[in-house]
Amino acid sequence: MELYVVQFLTGLANAASLFLVASGLSLIFGVTRIVNFAHGAFYMLGAYIAYSLTIRWQTPLGFWLALLVAATAVAVVGALLEILLLRRIYHAPELLQLLATFGVTLIVEDAVRLLWGPEDLVGPRAAGLSGAVSVLGRPMPVYDFVLILLGPAVLGLLWLLLHRSRWGLLVRAATQDRDMVSALGVNQKWLFTGVFALGVFLAAFGGGLQIPRDAVSHFMDLSIITEVFVVVVIGGLGSIGGAFLAAVIVSELNAFGILILPSISLVLMFLIMAAVLVLRPWGLLGKPLSRARSMATREAAAWKPLSPAGRSAALAATIGALCLPFMLGDYGVGVASEVMIAIIFAISLQFLMSVGGLDSFGHAAALGLGAYGAALSVQHFGVSMEAAIVIGPLVSAAMAVVAGWFCVRLSNIYFAMLTLAYAQIVWSVAFQWVDVTGGDNGIVGVWPSDWASSPAAFYWLTLAAAVAVVALVRHLTFSPFGYALRALRDSPTRSATIGISRQTIQHIAFVISAFLAGLAGVLFAFLKGSVFPDTLSIASSVDGLIMVLLGGFGTVSGSVIGAIVYKVSSIWLMSNTDFPRLILGSLIALLVVAFPQGIVGTLQIWMMRSRLFAGRPQEGTARLAETGGLS
Amino acid sequence: MLTLAKLNSWYGPAHILFDVGLEVKAGEVVALLGRNGAGKSTTMKSIMGLVDRHQGSLIFRDTDISRLPPFEIARLGLGYVPEDRRIFTDLTVEENLEVGRQAGRSGNAAWSPERIYEIFPNLAEMRRRPAGRMSGGEQQMLTIGRTLMGNPYLVLLDEPSEGIAPKIVEQMADAVTLMKREGVSILLSEQNLPFARLISDRCYILEKGEIQFSGSMEELEARPDLREAYLAL
Repeated sequence: MELYVVQFLTGLANAASLFLVASGLSLIFGVTRIVNFAHGAFYMLGAYIAYSLTIRWQTPLGFWLALLVAATAVAVVGALLEILLLRRIYHAPELLQLLATFGVTLIVEDAVRLLWGPEDLVGPRAAGLSGAVSVLGRPMPVYDFVLILLGPAVLGLLWLLLHRSRWGLLVRAATQDRDMVSALGVNQKWLFTGVFALGVFLAAFGGGLQIPRDAVSHFMDLSIITEVFVVVVIGGLGSIGGAFLAAVIVSELNAFGILILPSISLVLMFLIMAAVLVLRPWGLLGKPLSRARSMATREAAAWKPLSPAGRSAALAATIGALCLPFMLGDYGVGVASEVMIAIIFAISLQFLMSVGGLDSFGHAAALGLGAYGAALSVQHFGVSMEAAIVIGPLVSAAMAVVAGWFCVRLSNIYFAMLTLAYAQIVWSVAFQWVDVTGGDNGIVGVWPSDWASSPAAFYWLTLAAAVAVVALVRHLTFSPFGYALRALRDSPTRSATIGISRQTIQHIAFVISAFLAGLAGVLFAFLKGSVFPDTLSIASSVDGLIMVLLGGFGTVSGSVIGAIVYKVSSIWLMSNTDFPRLILGSLIALLVVAFPQGIVGTLQIWMMRSRLFAGRPQEGTARLAETGGLS
Repeated sequence: MLTLAKLNSWYGPAHILFDVGLEVKAGEVVALLGRNGAGKSTTMKSIMGLVDRHQGSLIFRDTDISRLPPFEIARLGLGYVPEDRRIFTDLTVEENLEVGRQAGRSGNAAWSPERIYEIFPNLAEMRRRPAGRMSGGEQQMLTIGRTLMGNPYLVLLDEPSEGIAPKIVEQMADAVTLMKREGVSILLSEQNLPFARLISDRCYILEKGEIQFSGSMEELEARPDLREAYLAL
């Protein structure tokens, strides 16, 4: 009994920091409609700066002053980021915003490593609050009680700010209709910057609060951001009260989950989130979102099956690719195989996103399930590679049948978050179910059959698979099924009136996409000879997104080019620079701002314009009229 | 007060307005008449800087507003009541009014919630009610009141009589007359000719993005051909 009381109080204390970060994210989303992935990075940055200050100012006043100074400093960084980066992408699709802020996360991670070094740092206890009191005979840190009180206090202060000040009134009005607020004479820009700075302040303060309880490390950002996503989705995006309620629920769930179901404690949180999203998609205390965003078309230039010239080019490229092993050494051929696998993964995601309009932020689940499905059947049943190549994608597809049933009930940002949750569930299982998956040690000894064991032979296998998958996806895109999918993407209501079932069609697309990604996963497992939970991580999902973004969201198969460019350059970056994340992150942010259409998309638009000015306007203008549309 | 000349506007590649010119003098109520899709709302959105792209001269009280962002235009004393109302449904009636508040301006009377309630007594009874729980007509009154809180010299009223009960339309006409008496100039877009006739001094007819007629309400009365060609359904 005593244990449960203490555990309950610890849960409440944990909720404080989580609530601060989540309320900041929710506030920012409410007004700017940006899901700020970098929120975890600001939390981490706040903790690092506060660490440096608290070890200098070890007095009761100094501790709290350090937290405030650190949070203010980070808020200034946040405001600068808003002015320099976010202002340029407020009207971009949600996924690009998520990616750009993920890029910022990468930059901050390397910056922190550069400034504070790679080791975990253990900060001092809060001066004056380092003791413990006895609760039913068990010791509880005094600091935890401070945290328990701090959460509701911050909630109260935020409520007062939002309901008793003119600034708060404008924030609440802008949360509903920011353009109208601007037409009433309010300068939106500074309102947005102010809200962003406040949100970041809360995150950084939340980071500082953790110092007396936990070591400061550069893994803090991704671990908190997933939890915070879960909290805001359960509570309702844009609702501060919801963030508080959900932070308490999630923290208590973690506190008791570890006692009662230690092996699936991580999964529990995501299951609750999935349940809430399906039953009440806008969260416990949230409100259904009004769609303020203009529905920009996805197709950069008119989609057409390949022309004879295009077919010849594709054939030539395939023949060129066939000859690669004669020109490259074993290492080069290995890289080329990895590129082919990346193509399969990227094109499967592009099918879901560009054709289906379903922005998945958890495509790693499909990749990793294929890999684990194959690796486990090799390890436990000793099946051959040939059989595993069939089993892996089937495992991935079978899981997608279940997960897809939930996911396709939602759309837009909520779909993205539910897919993220799905991938995190699978990741937690792979990570925590050590008996079966080997946990962090992964599964090793997954080697190809003899005939495919040479680097060149395996490369040809991946090449054949990649060509087949790209051809299949293009075929599907221009089949009646593809037309239905594209119709749903562009106008769900109009499609419904002509008898297309949204959930069925999108569910099938989700499963097909997972099957293909599963194939990529199997090949990846056999290429490396092993599988690790990393395959299922957020970073792995984001890899896929970047490849599609780089190739072009608005294209049918631009991600083939995106995958080649991204894989080759990231492998080069990893082995030739000390701070690959810094470069990669900057690159992502730059891409989103400067080339939102990607390589292939931008080329297509240039070609369309040059045709337009070369006096053959028919096609170009017709296309422009379609894409511009009447908003 | 407000002078438009050679205004052209686009939504994406679609050209909507063609060389629109019109003028509202201080103290006037001017009606912009025309059918659905004639370009009335686009004209108002162009004045407020809310369309994708526009060209031409937009002069408000000796200031060129054609390049200004919407909030700066609003701060010059140009109020906008959009057709789709766009009230803040989660905020109370009084809070909605407060969002519109701007500092008083020289040469016109300062509005307060109390004075808004004098024009729209219905609103006074529900000042603590969330605006989402009001009828369409009450929401329309609230939008007008919210815009008046900015102490505008000129208000762009986009189809205030659309979709509301006839009884409320009468109240709306009284309110517009009251606003005019307080010295607020009004540019009104309407399809409802009887309503426009009640309150306007002059009118313009817009059709397919071009001005087809301009004159006093009496002159329009004398031209049944115009009403037939441009206003009849």
